[in-house]
Parts: sequence; structure tokens; C-alpha cells
Amino acid sequence: MVEHGDVRVVHKGGSKINFREPALSTDSRFLLCASGESVKVFSTATEECLHALQGHTDLITGVLLRPSNHLQAYSCSLDGTVRLWDFTDGILIRTYSIGYPIYGIYASAKHEGVIFIITPMHTDTNSELFQLVAVHLPQCGEQLVEAKELSAVLSNISSNPAASAFGREGQYIVSAKPLQLEVYFFKKHKSYSFFLKKDNQKGGKNTFTCITCHPTEDCIASGHEDGKIRLWRNFNHRKEYTYSTLHWHHSAVSSLRFTPEGTNLLSGGVESVLVQWRYNQESQRDFLPRLGGAITHISVSPDGALFCTSHSDNKITIIQSCVKVSAVIQGLVKGDRIRTDLMIEPRSKALVLNGKPGHLQFYSLQRDKLLYNLDIVQQEYIHESGLEQFEVVMAAFDASGSWLATVEERKQKAPELELNLKLWAFDDQKQSFVLNTTISAPHEGRITALCFPHVSDGQTTMLVSTSRDGHFKAWQLAAPAHTEDEGPSWSCDFLGAYHSLVPECCCFSADSSLLAVGFQEVVTVWTPASWELLTTLSQPPGAVRDLCFGRLSCSKYLLGATTSRLLCCWNLLTCSLEWVTSMDVSLLLADPLSENMAAFCFEAGSTDLFVFKPGEPRPLFSHKALCSGRVTHAVFVPREVMLESCDEASQWLNCSHLYFLTQSMDLLTFITKAEEDKLTASSKQLVVSDDVAMTPFHLLLGKHRDQLENPQAESRLSVEPIRQPSSSAGINELLQMPAHVLPSASFLCSMFVQSLLISVNKPSEQNKEKEEEMESEKEEEDSDGEMESRISRPEHMPSGESGCAAPALTKEEVRELRRLKKLDHSWMKGLLD
Amino acid sequence: MGEFVVHRVRFFDYMPSAIRAMAFNGSTQRLAVARGDGAVEIFNFADNYFQEKVIPGRSDRAIEALCWVRGRLFSAGLSGEIIEYDLEKLRPRYSVEAYGGPIWTISSNSQETLLGVGCEDGTVKMFEILEERIQFQRNLDRQKGRIISLSWHPSGAQIAAGMIDMIRIFDAETGHATHRLLVERGVGTTRNTEVVVWSVAFLSNDTVISGDSAGKVQIWDAVTGTLIRNHLITKWDVLGLAVSQDESSVIAGTSEGTVVQFQALASTMGQENNQWVRTRTFKNHTHDVRALVHTDTAVVSGGMDTQLVVRPLLDKVEKNTQESALRKILFPHKSLVCCARKAGLLLFQFPDHLELWRLGESSAKGQAGDRLPVMKNPEKLIQLQNKGEDHICCSAVSPCGSWVAFSTVSSVRLYKLQLSNGNISIKKVSKLPKELHSVHQLCFSSDSSRLFASSAQASVVVASLDQLQCKHLHTAFSAFLSFPGSSQPIHLLSASENGNWLAAANTDGQIHVFNLHKLKLHCTLPVYSSCPTAIAIHPTTGHLLSAHADQQIFEFSLKLKEYTAWSRSLQREGLHPLWLQRDTPITHIAFNRNKPAHVFLHDAFMFCIIDQSLPLPQARKKLYNQMDLKTISPQKRMQESHAFKICKMFQHLLSIHLLDDSSLVVVERPLADIVSQLPPPVRQKKFAT
Repeated sequence: MVEHGDVRVVHKGGSKINFREPALSTDSRFLLCASGESVKVFSTATEECLHALQGHTDLITGVLLRPSNHLQAYSCSLDGTVRLWDFTDGILIRTYSIGYPIYGIYASAKHEGVIFIITPMHTDTNSELFQLVAVHLPQCGEQLVEAKELSAVLSNISSNPAASAFGREGQYIVSAKPLQLEVYFFKKHKSYSFFLKKDNQKGGKNTFTCITCHPTEDCIASGHEDGKIRLWRNFNHRKEYTYSTLHWHHSAVSSLRFTPEGTNLLSGGVESVLVQWRYNQESQRDFLPRLGGAITHISVSPDGALFCTSHSDNKITIIQSCVKVSAVIQGLVKGDRIRTDLMIEPRSKALVLNGKPGHLQFYSLQRDKLLYNLDIVQQEYIHESGLEQFEVVMAAFDASGSWLATVEERKQKAPELELNLKLWAFDDQKQSFVLNTTISAPHEGRITALCFPHVSDGQTTMLVSTSRDGHFKAWQLAAPAHTEDEGPSWSCDFLGAYHSLVPECCCFSADSSLLAVGFQEVVTVWTPASWELLTTLSQPPGAVRDLCFGRLSCSKYLLGATTSRLLCCWNLLTCSLEWVTSMDVSLLLADPLSENMAAFCFEAGSTDLFVFKPGEPRPLFSHKALCSGRVTHAVFVPREVMLESCDEASQWLNCSHLYFLTQSMDLLTFITKAEEDKLTASSKQLVVSDDVAMTPFHLLLGKHRDQLENPQAESRLSVEPIRQPSSSAGINELLQMPAHVLPSASFLCSMFVQSLLISVNKPSEQNKEKEEEMESEKEEEDSDGEMESRISRPEHMPSGESGCAAPALTKEEVRELRRLKKLDHSWMKGLLD
Repeated sequence: MGEFVVHRVRFFDYMPSAIRAMAFNGSTQRLAVARGDGAVEIFNFADNYFQEKVIPGRSDRAIEALCWVRGRLFSAGLSGEIIEYDLEKLRPRYSVEAYGGPIWTISSNSQETLLGVGCEDGTVKMFEILEERIQFQRNLDRQKGRIISLSWHPSGAQIAAGMIDMIRIFDAETGHATHRLLVERGVGTTRNTEVVVWSVAFLSNDTVISGDSAGKVQIWDAVTGTLIRNHLITKWDVLGLAVSQDESSVIAGTSEGTVVQFQALASTMGQENNQWVRTRTFKNHTHDVRALVHTDTAVVSGGMDTQLVVRPLLDKVEKNTQESALRKILFPHKSLVCCARKAGLLLFQFPDHLELWRLGESSAKGQAGDRLPVMKNPEKLIQLQNKGEDHICCSAVSPCGSWVAFSTVSSVRLYKLQLSNGNISIKKVSKLPKELHSVHQLCFSSDSSRLFASSAQASVVVASLDQLQCKHLHTAFSAFLSFPGSSQPIHLLSASENGNWLAAANTDGQIHVFNLHKLKLHCTLPVYSSCPTAIAIHPTTGHLLSAHADQQIFEFSLKLKEYTAWSRSLQREGLHPLWLQRDTPITHIAFNRNKPAHVFLHDAFMFCIIDQSLPLPQARKKLYNQMDLKTISPQKRMQESHAFKICKMFQHLLSIHLLDDSSLVVVERPLADIVSQLPPPVRQKKFAT
């Protein structure tokens, strides 16, 4: 067995952005949001992800602006570290190692150098008890600091960060347990507890769900399970405390926030309505309805200009303070259940799965962005529980990505199953899928599998579907005989059955010359060309649950997973069982780019992964206890750039990523050590050595100082740019310069091309002659620092270079230049794009 | 506890009257409640909220406001008169015409020298409070529109008056209006209707709080006359306001039946900038909350739904004590039902008439818990209509059913009944002794030969009824038993079965026993701090049993003139905590002739037989154990059973009587029947309807 030494399971791409409350920057321009193991910085104006702050090695559980510096942010993670970031530039400033998993983070401007974190009470067990701990952050310049000064403030608190909050000016901290409100005053070191009854007379549940404090007055707002909001006052008395009750929500209040001035209170819940209460005039309230999913978090920017709400459908809505939606950041939509498999759209390499009800979503894992939703059902979805509506239950792409087959069903009662098989063709003009054929009631029973043959070159013209009615059908693309104007459409070509057994799965071989259909215990192999039953393979007892042909060199093997906890491998050349092993395979998957196969096995409440080649007895990789529960959805995603890892354990990841979906709907993947190192290396390069903020002023002065201190480094720097091809420097300038300071495009173009020309046919003599001059110029530019140089260079270079280059050129050279100029335009355009 | 044939009576259409006004006297802890029929009830908050006194109403008396001045109670109403009540004789002492049309409000200054009344004609009239009467002093500046509400500044220098669309502030010295605070009308369709300031409160820090018909509670600065804060608390009217003694809390009652509390709280800790913040909402009523009182520890509210609700403020009282429990006072604390136990007749007392019913009969036998078929339906024999405006204050029927007596404030009427094979004849006894003119309680002796009446002079009148001379009915005044030491009204009378003794109790807690043969005072019981709610003399042993408002029970031997051993052991061991936690007083005590050790008691929610031969319940044992006893073995039952056998089968009990044929009469008045007779409440949008 190969141990998984340097391959790690990570959240990467498509992770929840609604897991924790996002933080809005002071100027409301950026939105920081915990997403898996990185913090994403979004622009609130454009909804674009500017950069991801990477470095944590486990799930991030909190993001918080640093109260003393509004350009920095803390993030905490289950890996036991708190990291301080410069989020505008995406630089990791410092890492504080705490040593315990952290579930939430708080800070207050009044508590300088102290942060408050939620950690479990007992480190060894998975206990339900948590405590609030004050961490004194050591003041030193090192990168990685170990914070040792910990002191417990409150014990037995909830792990939910929304259940605790800082009060006015950080004077007290409030924490809500299920039926108890605890207020701890820092000055007096005294805490007060207030209890509620379990149920009030009308049967409402009084359990606390969230807490927030008024910024300028002593008032605590608490949300409750029955939809009530209580405003607590006078809580520095054990007995004479009082509260008033606001009630609009009909079910639990999930988030509460006061605006920075304390004039309004925002609340949200399952109703997906943002309610704005006037503080002290609570009968007046504003509503922002129809926000989509249930509101899970509300956050407010420190200047009060923006609110943002996180929703249960992995969405963040940015709302202006006039209660108007201004932007929506949508993550991967993960409902409570995914009916379709995870698929990769071959064209865009996007991940495809169920999204909004009745839709398929196309999600780019590389860019970690939702591309678009394809409306499959094309019917209005009614938000009402208990209503049976059409659902997309199955989808399949052909190998070239030009066809998409979807199955939607509506089950009212078992005999009245409504089924639709839809075939969608990719329209090059629209760059989207267009409905080609709708086949209503393609089968009498529920469709169990849908499969296109793997035709790599030509057009796909066949689709196979298996159903519970005991048949499998082959659908053929055929031009209609009588009408000329319509394009080709799909129709049934062959109907197959085997001993009236129910087919459960089907699979085409790699060259599509064989079709394997699993009829309960029997695997039948057919040839699609003539629809002849070639052979039957059987390994009773236990019905075949999953079938998979080997790829490339292993294409002679057919693998089947049975319900009797067996994984069988048949050799199709000999039509005999090659090997069999006992494991409860819940999912069998073949990598389309290699011989590798992945088997997810359910063992003792958790899932194990085995990656193997069908021809080899030894698994390439195995990972015990991947996650709890069954894994039923996984996909191999081809890499954009092949990895050159020669390490045995991580070789299988060279061609593809393996993404899988756990039962708790977390999209996880594997990452190798080398990849991780590369990522961290790229981020570490940016790290500023000292604590000083990277202001332009610092760059100016600091560089000067550096030059004075070590002139040899300066000289080395000055040489470097010459070695570089100056064309790339020119492009960089163009790309990096802000658009508003650039001269007009026509002017730029000629100048740009000129800069390219010189670099390509470098006239060696002139250059050598002028080297001294150039060097001195570069020196000056460099000393001005990055910002300066970018602005000054376009002004300098044309004058400088035309001044030196133009008189020296001969006519032949000029002709040559013109020729090159014509050539260069096309690839430059490509580069610019 | 024995098996009885039970007459379950539900044909007493008792309908309490809506509460219109309340006033609380903090020094004596007495709450005065004015009802819609003009009756005034006095509750003693220091003594378990016991209803001590009832001043019967008058059909033309509509009380709008009540006011305590020291120990004196004044009321004013739409009749335009100010009435002072005589709390000992339980009748109006005098009335003064204000000559300003209907009076909406009455309020005294904190010095208790002046009484201000707000009249329909727009005047605030000042009356000087003298020793024995009140005297008109002067008018403040007359305004256009009626004066709905009044509130004195605690210094007595200013008065705020709530009117239509505005609040006026008067200088009490000069009588001139100094400020006019315009109250905004409601929004939408209510913009055209004028807004009525139903209630104002003037605080010592020159803050005026107003509640109006647009549903707003507004806080005004009386110095500058500006609005400080506006709380919209209902879509309907805010009908009443009440301020706590320390002016840190204000409650407002609305038409929706809610009471909303506002508290003056510091917005930041340790600072003095108090703001009025809406805090709690109490919903204990289904209809208008017309009257409110804010005591130091509780919110007392009453309104159209006739209930008096005492809601303790949990931040002011100890939690989980008897004081912290919510109390609803539904029924009067004295019985309105009288039973002729030999004849099987029931007399129901209404404010303006009496009804005499004959109980139904059944010959069938059945198991315990069976419902017997009624052979003969209950029958209403007589409805006696009272003439005149005054309401009936007490009534009685003799045990043999041949005499019926009732009394109003001004007169006593006695009727001779003859019921012979279906023929009913009634004859009024015309010549009554002149001593019988105003009584508080009536009682017949068990042989129906004597009528006892507690008169207004704190004495008991004994009148003998001549049974033999049927044609020439006459009554003879025979004795006048004066009550030593107190002038409080006698509210309980009980004669012994053998005709030897008469026990009388007054609201001071004194219980006197008279010897009826010698017609003089036999003995006086030691005065207990809590007022007796029911007394009875045992027919065989001659012990006097008394139940008190704090749920204590005493047994006093009249022969030995001391507490009996059973009573002493009861006091020594103490009553069960659950018994003491009951919140309605025992209103009737009776004895079973066949089982002398059994005592029958009942309150509004349970009926109890005390078996004096059994041991008393321990505090840790279960008090309500009748259901458990049924299931366990007879031997264990003996060990487990204790003296208090409680039956909770009947709810909302008005009265329980034991007839001579050992059947029980249970008079119930289900709450749903009362609610169904109330006018519909204001329409409210309910979620998900």
C-alpha cells in the first residue's frame, strides 16, 4: 500500500463563500470573504475576485479587519494560526501560531494588540464545548510568531461566531448559549447571565441564534429561533434588566447587525428578506425582499455605505445603504442534493452540475467563478415546500462537447412519473447550448444511466440510455426525411433488453466499439455497429452497480462494482475474470487522460480512495478515511498544464485533478506537495520584510536607502533589464499601466511596435555604443521606483530610443523593420488579449 | 371522599360588567375598580387581592374616573356629578353637580388639597377638598372642545389636559393655558378623523407623556412644548397610561388588549441621559384595556373583557414566588348564588333582578362518573325584577324555600313564597321594621324563622318571621346586635344549624359570635391579619370554621372559646405549599350531616373535602392525589391518603352547595360563555390567516 505522504485533501475552487461572515473594507471597495483555505478579495463594484490570500492549510473560519490598521485583515483557520494580511496587495504580513483549532475571531479597537478567538475547551476530543480566549499578539518583526499569552475570557460558549459580539467601545463582550445570555464586563471583570425559558406560552422557541451590540448605546440585540428579536437593555443589573421584543420573521433570525451609527438594525433569516428596523422607532421598517436564498450572514461596511448579505445558495449580495442591490457575487451553487453527476464540459473545462432549481450550472474551477446557468426545465420554479416540480436528474456530454443530453423528471406518484429527455447542441455563434430535440417519455421507467460513445474525431451520433422499465435504448441523430429546413434531430434507433432484467448502468469502451450494459448480476457486452450481443459476464451474487472500461493501454479491461462488495475486473480478450477484490465501491471513475481509475470505497462510516491501474495489482495511491459518509459524486478534471512529478504517489495527479463532493456538500480535491510549495513560493515572494506599509513614499525613500547601503546590488539591478528582451518590458508597461494615464491607443501602438522592433533586430554595434547611456538612464529610472518608472518610461523611451536608433538605420534595415512590423501585429494582439 | 349525585348547573347567566376605571391607593394598598354598571369594588392588595367591598351600582351612574384622596374615594362620570363614597356604609356619601356637562376625568394634586375635573364644555373645574365635603373653587380658562384627561404636575403648579387634537398645559395658580401641544393625527384614512388624547401623565422632570386615539405614545417637553419622542404602538387607540411611583416606568393600554411598558433607561451605562424606551409588551386581554394601574411591583389592568389582571414585573419581585405569579380575577369574591337546601331551590342574584330556579331531578342510578338522564328539567320559577335605579347588593332564600329577601342600597324587600303542587304564589311583606333599610348581607336561620341582616351601622339586625300566621304576615324586629370596636361593614353572616349561634365577620378581620337565645355577644375570635372569606358553624360540634384570604383555615370551639386541637395542629404543621399558592379565595364552607368529620370548601377552580380524621398532608407529598389514590392498592391508599381531598373536575365555580338529600349542586360559569357575550374585539391582522 502506498502511503499518501505528500498528497493532501484541500478545499480548492467552488468552496463556500457563505461559510462565515464576509468583511467589508473601510472604504467599502473590497469584500474579504473566507472561501475554503483562502481568503478571497472581491471588488464590491465589479464583483471580480481581485486576488486570493493563500497560506492557510485548513478551512478558514473567520476574516476580520484589523481595528488599528484598516488596510490589514486577520484571518483565522482550523489549522491553528491567525494570519495578518495586507489585503489590498495580497501580502501575508505575519503568521501567529496559536496551536489550537480556531472557530472564530473577534477584535476591538479598545483592546490594542489583543484578539479574541473561539477554541475548543478540550484539545484532544471532538468536544462540543468551546471557550473564548484572549490572545496577546507579540510585537516582533518575525514572520512566524508563536502567540503564547492566552487567557480564557468566557467558557462554554457556542462555536458559532454569530453567537458572540463585542459591546459598545469594547467594554463588554456578549455571548449567547442556547437559552442564556452572558455579558462579561472587562473593566469590572464581572459577568451577568440572563436566562430565558425554553418555550414561551405560545409554543415559540426562545433559543438564541445570533447576537449583536449597538455601537454607541448599551443595547444588545438578540435573534431567536421563533423569529423574534429582543433588544436587551440595563443588563448591568442582575435583576432590573429589561428587553423589548420585535417580531417580523416567521422563522429563526439568522443574522443581526447594527449600522455603524446605530440608527438602523438589519436582520435576516430564511425568508430571504432583509429587514431594516429604525432603532427606537421599531414600528418603522424597510424591507428588501426576493434576495434568492436564505440569509445566513449580514455584514456592514465601517463607513455604512454598503451592506452585504450571504445566502444559503453560496451567494453574496452587496446592498447599498439605500437598501438597493448593487452587486451579486455567486459561488458554486450547492443545494441540499445533487442529482446529476459532476461533469466536465469538454470545451470550456467547466464543471457542470445542478445549480438553481431546473438549471445546470457551468462553473469554472480554474477561475473559481460561475460562468453561466443553463435553463433545462424552462419552467417557472415555484418556491413552495411540498410541491413536486421538474428536476434535472441526469446529464451527459459527448466527448467533443457539441452535444448535451439531459433528463428531467417530475414525480407526483410512482406510476405517474413524468420524464423528458432533452438533447442540446452547442451553438458556436451563441457560444451556448441550444435545445435540439425533446423526447417526452423516452422510457416507461426512471432512467438509470445515460452514455455517449467516446468518439474523439468525428461527430457523435449516438446516445444510449438505460431505464428501470428493463430496456436500454440507443438514440440516433438523423436528418429528417421530409423537411429540408429543419436540422437533424434525434430518434430511437435500437431497443435492447436482456431476460427482462433491469439495466442499472452502461459504459462505452474507449474506442466505442463495445457497449457494456449491466443487467443486475449480468454484464452484457454489445457491439453498437450491429447491435449484436457479444458476450455476457457474470459474477453473482450482487447486482452490478458501476461499470467502467479501462483506458489507453488498459482498454481490454472492464471493471464492475457490485452490490455484494466486490470489485471485478474482466479481461475482454479472454472474456474471463482477471481479478476480483472485496471492497464496497460507491463510485468507480476512470481518468480520461490516463489508465488510472479511482474507486471510492465506503468503509466503516467513512470513505477510502484507491487509485489503481486495472492491469496492475498494486494501487498507485490510497487514502484512508477521506471524509465521513459516502462519496457519490466525483470527477477527473484535466489539467491545463501537465505536471512533471515523478514521485510515485503523486504521479496519478499529473494529468488531472480529482474533485469529489462529500456528503456535507463540500467540494474537495487533492493537491501535491510540489504544487503547494509552488503556490506558497509565489505568494512569499511578495512578502515585505519589515512591518512598514508599502506606501509609494516608502518605496521612494526605501530604495534610495538601499542603493546607498549596497551599491553592488544596485549595479546588478541596473544590468538586469538589459538582459531581458525589452519587448516583454514594453508589453508589461502597457499592461500594467492604469488606463487613464495612457496616451491614445494610436500613439501607443506605433510607439509600442517600435519598441518591439528594436528588441528583435538588435543592432549590436549601436547598442554596444549606447550601452553606457542606456545604463545611466535605467539607473535613474530604477531609483525612482516602480510607480515612477512606469509613468516616466513611455515619455522617455520614444525620445531616447528614436534619438539613438533612427539615424543609425540603413534603408535595408528600415525595410526589414516594416516587414517585421506587419508580422508582429498579430501575435502582439494575441498577447494583449 | 365519598360519592355524590351532582347537579351540574350551567344556567346561571352571570355576566360581569366591563372595567371602566381604576385607582390605587398606595398607602392603604387598596385598589378601587369602577365597572360599567356603576359598581365600585375595593380590592386589598396587601391581603391576597381580596375583594373586600362592593358598592353596588346604579343604572344611571356611568363612572369615567376614580380618584383616591387620602382614604377617601371620589368618582366622576358622564352624569356630571362628583360622588364621594362612604366606604363603611358602602354607598355614596354625597354627590356634587359640577355644572359642566359630562365629566371625563378627575384628578387630585399631590398635596391632596384640590380636585380637578375635566368637563365636556371645555372647562377644568377645581374643587377644594374639605373635611366632610368638596367645594367648587374656580374654573381654569375655558377651552374649545372637551377635556378628556388631566394630570397634575407633582409640584401642583401645572396641569396637563388632554383634549381633541391637542394637549393644553395650564398654570394652576393663574388658571391660564401656558402651552398648546398639537397632537398629530393618524396617517391614511384616519387623517380626517380627529385624534383624542385619551390619557396624559405629567412627570416631575417636566415631561408630559400622552396616549391618543391614533395609537401613539408621545413624550413632550412641557417647558418648551416640543415633542421629544413618538412611539407608535398600535393601529388602534391607546386608552390609558399609568406611571410608576418613581417615574421610571410608564405603561400604556391599547384597544388590542396589550399593555406596553416604557422605561426611562440610560442609553449608555453610568450616565444620566435617560431615554424613554419601549420595552415589554403584555397581552393578557382580548379587548380594550380601559384602566391601568402601575404599582411598585406589578401592572394591574382591566378593560372590556371584565377581567382584572395583576401582572407582576419580574424585575421587581422575587422569581418563582407567589408574588411573581400572574393573577386574573374573574369572579366576585362573594357568592351570588343562594340555595334553599331543603327545597332544592337556587336563587341567582343579578344586578337588577333575581331568578329562582328549581333543580332538575333524575331517578336513574349509575356508576361513579356516569351522566344521569334528567327526568325533570330545571325550571325557572320566578324572576323578581327590582324596581328603581339602585342595584341589588345582596339576596337570600330561606332553607325551606318560603322566603326570599334582597336588599339595595336604600331598601330591603322580603317576599313570602308558596309553592304547592305547581302553583306559585308570591307575596311581598309590606311592613318591615324600619331598622331593615340598608343592609350588606342577608341570612336566614336554618328553621327559616329568623332573618339576619348586617346593617350599615356595623350591627346585626335579627328579625323574626312569623310562619304560622300566613295570612297576616308580619315581621318583628327582635334584636339589634351591635358590633363593638369597629365600624367596618359586616360582609359574612352564618347561623348555626341548631339556632344557637350567629357568627358575623367584618372586613377588619373581626369575627364575633352571638348567642341567639340570649341575644348578646357570646365571644370574639382572635383577630387574624387576613380577612375572612367564608365562615360556618359546625352543626354538631359547634366549632366555627373560618377560611381567610391568605388561604389559612382556622377552627374555633365556641364552647371552649379557643382554637381546637385540629386547628392548632394545622397551624403547627402548616398548610401544603400548593394549597397556599391557589389564587382564588374560598367562598363557601358547608358540612355533611352524615359525616361530621367532613368539611366542604370551594374556590373558583376546585372543590375540596377536608376529612378531619385523616392526617394532614406533608409539604413534600402530593396535594392533588385523588387520581393516584384510585390506582393504588387499598392498603397503600390508607397510607397515602390525607385530609385534603381535592376535586378539580369543575372549573370556574361560582358556588357549591350540599342539599339535605346529600346531593351536590355545582354552579359553573364557563369562561367561554362569558367571552361569547362580549362585543367583538378590534380587528387584528394575524400572521398566516
